[in-house]
Amino acid sequence: MAQHQVNYASAGGLPVALTTVDHLLNWGRSNSLWPLTYGLACCAIEMMASGDSRYDFDRFGTIFRASPRQADVMILAGTLSKKHAEFARRLYDQMTEPKWVISMGSCANTGGMFNTYATVQGVDRIIPVDIYLPGCAPRPETLQYALMMLQTKIRRESANMKKNTKQNLRLL
Amino acid sequence: MQQPNKLTPFFENLNFERDDNTMVINFGPQHPSAHGQLRLMLELDGEQVVKAYPDIGYLHRGIEKMAENMTYNEFLPTTDRLDYIASTSNNYAYALAVEKLIGLEVPRRAQVIRTMLLEVNRLLSHLFFIATHALDVGAMSVFLYAFREREFGMDLMEDYCGARLTHSAVRIGGVPLDLPDGWMINLRKWCDGVEYELKHTYNALLEKNRIWKMRLENVGVITPEDALSWGCTGPMLRGSGIAYDIRKEEPYELYSELDFDIPVADTNDSYGRYRLYMAEMLESTKILRQLVIMYDDTEPQLMAHAPAYISAPKEEIMTQNYSLMQHFVLVTQGMRPPKGEVYVPTESPKGELGFYIKSEGEPYAYRLKCRAPSFFHTGLLQEILVGTYIADVVTIIGSTNIVFGEVDR
Amino acid sequence: MRKYTPKDSVQAKAYYTDRFHVVPSVPTQDVSTDEVFAKQLEVLSSKVDIKSAYIQIEQMRVEIDHKDNFKAIEILKNECGYAMMSEMSAVDYLAQDGEFEVFYQLLNLEERKRVRVVCRIPQGLAIESIVPLYKSANFAERELFDMFGLVVNNHPFLKRILMPDDWEGHPLLKTYPLHGDEFASWYEVDKIFGKEAREAIGPENRDPAKIDRYDTKRFSRVGREVPFGADISEGEPDTPIEYSQTLLVDYNASQTQLKDRK
Repeated sequence: MAQHQVNYASAGGLPVALTTVDHLLNWGRSNSLWPLTYGLACCAIEMMASGDSRYDFDRFGTIFRASPRQADVMILAGTLSKKHAEFARRLYDQMTEPKWVISMGSCANTGGMFNTYATVQGVDRIIPVDIYLPGCAPRPETLQYALMMLQTKIRRESANMKKNTKQNLRLL
Repeated sequence: MQQPNKLTPFFENLNFERDDNTMVINFGPQHPSAHGQLRLMLELDGEQVVKAYPDIGYLHRGIEKMAENMTYNEFLPTTDRLDYIASTSNNYAYALAVEKLIGLEVPRRAQVIRTMLLEVNRLLSHLFFIATHALDVGAMSVFLYAFREREFGMDLMEDYCGARLTHSAVRIGGVPLDLPDGWMINLRKWCDGVEYELKHTYNALLEKNRIWKMRLENVGVITPEDALSWGCTGPMLRGSGIAYDIRKEEPYELYSELDFDIPVADTNDSYGRYRLYMAEMLESTKILRQLVIMYDDTEPQLMAHAPAYISAPKEEIMTQNYSLMQHFVLVTQGMRPPKGEVYVPTESPKGELGFYIKSEGEPYAYRLKCRAPSFFHTGLLQEILVGTYIADVVTIIGSTNIVFGEVDR
Repeated sequence: MRKYTPKDSVQAKAYYTDRFHVVPSVPTQDVSTDEVFAKQLEVLSSKVDIKSAYIQIEQMRVEIDHKDNFKAIEILKNECGYAMMSEMSAVDYLAQDGEFEVFYQLLNLEERKRVRVVCRIPQGLAIESIVPLYKSANFAERELFDMFGLVVNNHPFLKRILMPDDWEGHPLLKTYPLHGDEFASWYEVDKIFGKEAREAIGPENRDPAKIDRYDTKRFSRVGREVPFGADISEGEPDTPIEYSQTLLVDYNASQTQLKDRK
């Protein structure tokens, strides 16, 4: 007679996991972050490189989406000019909650070397940013690290987005 | 119609409700296959484009204004961000313009290294073109293969200058560093790899691919007259049957001593341009192999000797008083090229990249104009898109190979 | 007394120039030293007044009157074989002479020659478009208009190209500051949130070295997160950083373009 009985004590515990709803939801959210392809300038090339065969972004459960309505994360990669700012805000508004923003590269963080009349001096003037990724241009490894930091951040947050203290820009 | 308010701002400045039967479609400025921040307003009759209006400037960063407020050496890293797919070609074009202005002669070894870097960058840019063009048309696997080759090339650049994308690998008056140990061996290996992959993988995937041919042949036809009139240069001009390559016709650096051919395509369409890019990559590997041999019999000097403009080598600055003084003046005040103007064209991977510099003898350029090839290729879009189908728009944008860092500057 | 800063040019200036410094010039050659250029100049000078012509760094530079620009370029295109216009733009000489210097960079593909046609045009006048000759001038002239405010006559579609349509000022003028005027500094805030949001968002930080170590609105230390906007200074006063005068940007001090707006 075949042995159907499983010895739970020796096979790694019971097939039951006890957790909170927060933990479960955040586990799901953090492991399937779908970024919006928001390539603006030089950093977009590194963003593409991190999606290619060598760095393979898909390992993190991130699949680039071209539509803001399917995306959770907006990776703002590159210089945001004042002419483009309204479109960036508009695409951000079109994304569904919960949503996060990674500002990739010095230009997106602070305006970087382009301290001129035509660039937005930091995208946080118009969009609330979760992760600032320094570098000009940041390497693909750095982008992957930023994404892992964002995952860490999401796991620490409450699954109820209203409880999280978000930046005042979201309310504007 | 959506009412604009503070929560949902209404940005549209287009009139979509029209009296005639045409429809207006807004393409971009954030579109995955617009190669950056191109915005196209397309007026469509059914599926045919009646009128195309490219709207650019979404990546305008004021680089020319920056050039007026920066010393000549300070500005050099900014040129990286023009055509960010092949940064060294911009550095080089700018450095060459300043060198012509002050009348510098660059040492032989620096010339060899510069030409090598230029050709490596040409390969990087062309590989990127093949990758993204294929991705736009729908061949995803080519993207993955081409990026693999490109990553090895990026490793080479990283070995040399430490950066993957924004190299700043050329200085005014020479190059900052000699090639690291074993670089040539890696370069040879990479050349062999690229050549093998070009002949076997990409050709096998694309050259006779039925879908690829259907989508590219007779799409985006540019007549030679149009190409000249619209100021097309580089592969766009040679794709229309006019064999004009600045490397050959107005040789700079070591190109007059090198043996290479200028591929020309006379079909005028996207498929011809694609084959032209493939042929150019093979020529680049040929040039690189010749340069590897040329490197061996050069003197180790890397920077030109011109105390009024260029700092002395580091050892001299550390040991000799006069060199230190010169270095101090050049760093704090910046070099002062003589009064005059210069326009120097170079053949960047995209076409003719030239810098016009007007100097008034000050450490700041009075006016710097960057002649970017992509800017004029974008202008061409308003003519060649007319009459094509909406599905071909992406193919045509892809085959013009525009980069918005240099379109908008 | 306050130091006088010229208002007609806000371009960066060398902070120190030796009083014995003599500005050298790039050597120029006579046009007769080059056969091809000499022949072309002869053709050109028989029909158009030429103010000056010389060869500088392998290229001929021909200065003409601004009214003759179309005619001269037409002759160069049709009779001298300059099939391509590779570049055109302007240089701002308003402060010195009240003029723009417009240049056209032409290329002859057969003889591999490049010529630069230069003309000076006083402020307020419009220059003739050369789009009928070279279509590449279409975008280039729009850029010229956008960057300098120099109007081009008979252009098919003269509109701003790089800056937004509702932009004020022309960025490449020497009177326009690098960091932009007041309009530029609030442009994106005004457009997206409206003027009333200016106070909530605050002015732009144009100082790349600014550090606020108690900022909990933008930054959080991983593992030591605090609520948004919490005070983490623990009673310690923030050390004010004193900047050198050259780094401070005062928008009101730099010349705004208010008078042109009316």
